[in-house]
Amino acid sequence: MKYILVNFVFITFFLSYTGYLKEIDKGYGIGDYATDFSLPDINGKKVSLADYKDAKGFLVIFTCNTCPYAIAYEDRIIDLDKKYKTKGVPVIAINPNDPNLQPSDGVEYMKKRAMQKGFTFPYLVDIGQEIFPQYGATKTPHVYLLEKNKLGNVVRYIGTIDDNYSNASAVKTKYVENAVDAMLKGEEISITTTRAIGCSIKSR
Amino acid sequence: MSAYKILLNLFFIIVHCIILWDLETIAMIRMILCFSILLFIGCGIKESKKTKSETSELVKNEFTSPDSLGIPIYNFDELEPLLNKMDDKIHIINFWATWCGPCIKELPYFEKINQEGKANNWEVILVSLDMPSMWKSKLVPFIKAKNLRSEVVVLNDPDQNNWIPKIDKNWSGSIPATLIYNRKERKFYEQPFTYEMLKKEIQEFR
Repeated sequence: MKYILVNFVFITFFLSYTGYLKEIDKGYGIGDYATDFSLPDINGKKVSLADYKDAKGFLVIFTCNTCPYAIAYEDRIIDLDKKYKTKGVPVIAINPNDPNLQPSDGVEYMKKRAMQKGFTFPYLVDIGQEIFPQYGATKTPHVYLLEKNKLGNVVRYIGTIDDNYSNASAVKTKYVENAVDAMLKGEEISITTTRAIGCSIKSR
Repeated sequence: MSAYKILLNLFFIIVHCIILWDLETIAMIRMILCFSILLFIGCGIKESKKTKSETSELVKNEFTSPDSLGIPIYNFDELEPLLNKMDDKIHIINFWATWCGPCIKELPYFEKINQEGKANNWEVILVSLDMPSMWKSKLVPFIKAKNLRSEVVVLNDPDQNNWIPKIDKNWSGSIPATLIYNRKERKFYEQPFTYEMLKKEIQEFR
């Protein structure tokens, strides 16, 4: 019996080991302080988180014109901004794509898209593509909920907006709304990271 | 012999072992255990082969039916067996979509690798993440225009936060992404490939 037990322990150990070989560490985790930035909006005006003196936090969303997932979520991003701006948590959208690689993400096209959809939030260009790698954004759309305190902006949630990209009316869990609501109430956020399919950020 | 019977046998052997409890029996049991495991794996291979031929039949049927797309549409539970085949092959699973530029760029490399698969005992499956609205308008015409030879399946499962970590716990969800596995190991790549890079990675599975 002992032999069998030893065998079992060995096999279990082996299986668990192979599963945990690589642990990638890129960008922010929950609880990290996120960097501020000064990026131009579609009219060339620089926008920083520091400009928002009364904000309690931010929904920094990396998104773009071209990705079908980003497009599928456009209306829901506008709704998030409308709902939470008045509560002190505005949306700040950043387009991280290199327009040389994805011409339809150039600033003129961003302007057009923002007008068409009636964006109520700033739509910024990640000039030089320096901000998205610091956040660790890999795709569009990619949401970071930040909470402002005396020292800076703490990352509270990273991930997707909800659990159904294709049908807003079939959504069961609104991850971002739940996170913002909990944050504003000073409660613990139950789901702090989620994953979703998105378009990889186009960079050189 | 069915897997169920083998399990039942194993259970009896273990009970036997507990009752008799001496070293010689244990040595014998170890032998029987090894043998049963081999048998078990054998059955597994047969079963996976069976499912495969069933799937290709399904594909065939769908092709002949004029209303359907001609591509299997899976949710994650239905896709999962394709990611866990226990045969002798190397499996290359590429997650892509027609709207994803870098995916389209690397598709010819996967096609080329797939063509070499017969001689090298590996196979490619292209898992499309196109949205339902794009299946008829974009995906099917694309497959025809590019004359894709690899097996194409569609994964349509909106609850992505549930299944993405099951494919790889480090996958953030961006595509292109590729899983390469055989019976012994599996590796996941959240990156685009060139033909040379892909070939090199596959050869490391030998």
